[in-house]
Amino acid sequence: MLRNSDRRYGVAAMLFHWLTFLAVAFLFGLGLYMVELSYYDPWYTKAPDWHRSVGILLLGLVVLRLAWRLSNPLPAAPAGHAPWERALATLAHWALYGLLIIIPLTGYLMSTADGRAVSVFGWFEVPALLAPEKGREDWTGDWHEWLAWAMVGLVVLHALAAIKHHWIDRDTTLTRMLPVSRAAEEKR
Amino acid sequence: MHLISRVRARAVAMTGAVMLAASAAQADSYAIDTEGAHAFISFEIPHLGYSWLSGRFNTFDGSFEYDPEKPEASSIQVTIDTASVDSNHAERDKHLRSEDFLYVKEFPEAKFVSKRIEPAGEGKAKVIGDLTLRGVTREITIDAEHVGGGKDPWGGYRQGFRGTTSFALKDFGIPKDLGPASQRVDMTLDVEGIRK
Repeated sequence: MLRNSDRRYGVAAMLFHWLTFLAVAFLFGLGLYMVELSYYDPWYTKAPDWHRSVGILLLGLVVLRLAWRLSNPLPAAPAGHAPWERALATLAHWALYGLLIIIPLTGYLMSTADGRAVSVFGWFEVPALLAPEKGREDWTGDWHEWLAWAMVGLVVLHALAAIKHHWIDRDTTLTRMLPVSRAAEEKR
Repeated sequence: MHLISRVRARAVAMTGAVMLAASAAQADSYAIDTEGAHAFISFEIPHLGYSWLSGRFNTFDGSFEYDPEKPEASSIQVTIDTASVDSNHAERDKHLRSEDFLYVKEFPEAKFVSKRIEPAGEGKAKVIGDLTLRGVTREITIDAEHVGGGKDPWGGYRQGFRGTTSFALKDFGIPKDLGPASQRVDMTLDVEGIRK
């Protein structure tokens, strides 16, 4: 149940997947919101603090998730999936994993460009591992924003594909990532 | 005849002396010593009205013409790389470079060109000129003071000044509102020039 079976994702994979989704949605919304705040807004310093903290936690989650992904069987694609669909899905999944690593990293490199550490809710600090470098905050900041938009585009595509498989093809693509009973799934 | 020639000789000598004096009184040109970093463009702005935040522009270039006998004939021009803003905090510097403040992608250069100088005695003067910042050109007055000048120990000749001025962020179209206590920024220009 915790681990994946050859038909569906286990509880751990589902938790990883949906926690990642919540964190990404939260970070994207907060990121767009926080840069528009006025100087005297009570959230002016809190919003970036939360953004950095959740971003670091997400990076940790994604590392664990990748380890789990690589050490578990991958459920076989539902029989109705065309080879091109499988290839595109695999490509999209790995692109998403890549972005989930690179986007937090660019954020970390931006915040640590002057050698400052990143505090995670005041619980602990991630030190600046690279030497301070003038101007690094600029190009890492640009990539952080561009890649975040690219990721949102891919997430929308990913969700549309899942919905298409669920409502049009009526296969188990979506339900195997949801806590659905086997009986309910077999009705499909 | 003898007398006339002597008068003429004196006249020639005097003309020569006057010309010599005039050439001595010619303003010398100085290059601002950015190479040796004996020049600083710094700014200070109140934070919430509770403290002062200071920063500087690390990259700039400029020159001035200076005549100690005729300070009003002096002039100065400075060009600043706005992206070189440094307030000792990368995230803040990134914000200062953005559209909210300096908008360096659109306006990579700021410039000050003096138009006239009004001596105010005791080595002081008002330097009136045009400051171009964030695409806006406005006349400002820099209160300047001659700090010192003379031979340096390495074979050169230097003159140094400090200038201060103050202006509202809004004057140059900087849109971000930092609150009622932080409407104006003070700027200090420390320049040491090496005679060319």
